[in-house]
Amino acid sequence: MAYALQQLINGVALGMIYGLIAVGYTMVYGIIGMINFAHGDIFMVGAFISLISFVLIAMGGWTAGPGAILLVLLVSMAVTALYGWSVERVAYRPLRGSFRLAPLISAIGMSIVLQNYVQVAQGARVKPIESLVTGSVELWHGNGFAVSISTMQAMIIVVTLLVLAIFTWLVTRTSLGRAMRACEQDRKMAGLLGIDTDRTISITFVIGAALASVAGTMYLLRYGVIDFYIGFLAGVKAFTAAVLGGIGSLPGAVLGGLLIGLIETFWSAYFSVQYKDVATFAILVITLIFMPTGLLGRAEVEKV
Amino acid sequence: MSDSVLGGPHEGGAARSDDGVPAPGQTGGIPRGPAPAAPRPPIAHALRDAVMAALVSVVLFVPLVGLRTDVSPGSGLIIRTRWADVAILVGLVFAGRLLLNLWQDHRPARTAPTARRTEVLRRIGTFVAPLLLGFAVVLPFLPGTSRYVLDLGILVLTYVMLGWGLNIVVGLAGLLDLGYVAFYAVGAYAYALLSTNYGLSFWICLPLAGIMAAFWGVLLGFPVLRLRGDYLAIVTLAFGEIIRVVLINWVSLTGGPNGISGIPRPSFFGLSFSAGGGPGSFSDFFGLEPSPTHRVVFLYYLILALALLTNWVTLRLRRQPLGRAWEALREDEIACRALGINVTNTKLTAFAIGAMFGGFAGAFFATRQAFVSPESFTFIESAIILAIVVLGGLGSQLGVALAALVMIGGFEAFRDLEEYRMLVFGGAMVAIMVWRPRGLVSTRTPSIALGKRRAISGDLVGEGHG
Repeated sequence: MAYALQQLINGVALGMIYGLIAVGYTMVYGIIGMINFAHGDIFMVGAFISLISFVLIAMGGWTAGPGAILLVLLVSMAVTALYGWSVERVAYRPLRGSFRLAPLISAIGMSIVLQNYVQVAQGARVKPIESLVTGSVELWHGNGFAVSISTMQAMIIVVTLLVLAIFTWLVTRTSLGRAMRACEQDRKMAGLLGIDTDRTISITFVIGAALASVAGTMYLLRYGVIDFYIGFLAGVKAFTAAVLGGIGSLPGAVLGGLLIGLIETFWSAYFSVQYKDVATFAILVITLIFMPTGLLGRAEVEKV
Repeated sequence: MSDSVLGGPHEGGAARSDDGVPAPGQTGGIPRGPAPAAPRPPIAHALRDAVMAALVSVVLFVPLVGLRTDVSPGSGLIIRTRWADVAILVGLVFAGRLLLNLWQDHRPARTAPTARRTEVLRRIGTFVAPLLLGFAVVLPFLPGTSRYVLDLGILVLTYVMLGWGLNIVVGLAGLLDLGYVAFYAVGAYAYALLSTNYGLSFWICLPLAGIMAAFWGVLLGFPVLRLRGDYLAIVTLAFGEIIRVVLINWVSLTGGPNGISGIPRPSFFGLSFSAGGGPGSFSDFFGLEPSPTHRVVFLYYLILALALLTNWVTLRLRRQPLGRAWEALREDEIACRALGINVTNTKLTAFAIGAMFGGFAGAFFATRQAFVSPESFTFIESAIILAIVVLGGLGSQLGVALAALVMIGGFEAFRDLEEYRMLVFGGAMVAIMVWRPRGLVSTRTPSIALGKRRAISGDLVGEGHG
């Protein structure tokens, strides 16, 4: 029981990271109907920029604290957002209105470019960073097994919830969010009604990249090591999460992320670590067989 | 180049020029409001835009290129600055953007392809395919063909075959498959296991590997029949990853990450290609000097024959009811159902036949390398095969061959670039797609036509929803 509770906490913390990345996938899918394969690598770029900022701050002699982490988070969000914007501008915008597979291939190309760009620029070796957030709180003690939540996990959960709250407010309460939802429903009509669709799409990419960079910072702080290849697996998992929740649905993405995190953690804890990816994908396949549009996705009505 | 925009739910709403490139007024570094900008001298505008692009690139390159983190001898990371590299990159972005802007302002207006131009292109197309084929056939006997060129030819032909196999699923049936490499892996491991455990020869294993892969294709096809579009894409991707993870972890059967080595080489009607010659060997039977080149030439012709078999089967199937059903399914699934086409069987046969050719290619790969490991079957392989199909032009057999030649041959040609090679490869994928969204070969030949068969624009061909 205590062990299960501990796994629940671990799973939620991991799921939050997946959820943050998945939101970026699902937003882009909702608005232009493409799988942004480079999104996982944007997450990786975000993690690298946080790493560089942390090292810079440490060299400047600033002892790491909440202020330093906040500053790094903001810098990383800003620069990563610009990466997201540039990727859209260079690789996807020229293909707007083209057929469905063209942006997909362009995105796969962009993913290869980003991975190898970081590999060339920062080296292929794994980059370690000493843990900045330490300590943990014991929540419950039972059957000789203590359930504890580390400060790090608490921080991941709090920061993610905070970011998601701001994001939800942005989408549901602001005119920008209204424009985004309008573009998602019918881009041509939104354009006719005076919404600058190109700009809205750019902003979607910017927001998605900023969220991914938060996930990148959290990943860096949680695991302490990153390399240029972390984006691929995290990206595939997050995309799986987005599809599981119903692609195009924002709450679905977070729900899917949490589920994937929990499945992975529990499977590793009770069965085998090696086959955790198989378990994740198998559950995805089984879910889609019975619910072909994911958990919260809307069934697409086809007009004849 | 796509001159007309396909109708669809995701059609672009904002003003854009006919060829997919943003109109000159929109090329500004910052997305601007919908109000039309006042006319500006083109040079000044181009300069301003290039400066904006350079400024953006400064922010992009300063952290990742300018500040290189290295693991210090003690502990933790140290930063090495590389401002010169950043300056060069920013300069390149500025110059590139400026030239691009000026070229866009001054290039002649693009004209729609006239019937005559299409006809000329078609004539050229009819010459290119036989020429390429002739070249492929005589390549081993051309003077100056080294072992390296032959190996490269084998590699390119393997990808041509994989591209043609995937083309059945993606190009004809319109089902997006992101896990094609799984069938390649099944074929390779099927041959590797059957030959090392049971001593079966390559020629017995080749059809078995194809059947095995087709079986897996049906197995994957069943659950995904109801899925459409990107749901299908992610499930096929997941399937590819599942196969790879199982190959890595099922150590007792597959040898895990170490793979299987010592896979027997194929023989020529029972004549082996042993380097030392000896009785019963290929060189002995034909009275030739023993040479390791014989086997390479044989492997080259083997993959050429396999690839041509794939092409021939595809071309024949396209004219038969099954192939027509695939293409009809790609164009309109609801109409297919209404006309009484069995959608389930049609989709499953597409998966099975596509997978079968993947399995053949896999068996060939295993016998050529004499070694298989899960490392050869990563997602990036699937992505490259799919890229070859789309870059060549979905559904165009010639296009797939050209794209394989350009991408794989080009990849080898840039061998000297070493670590920058993949960077260039990815960049080329983006550039070709932006330049020609419909692929290198943008015309298609209809499978059936009333009267004379004529090439049509690729824009008129659907891409499927599955």
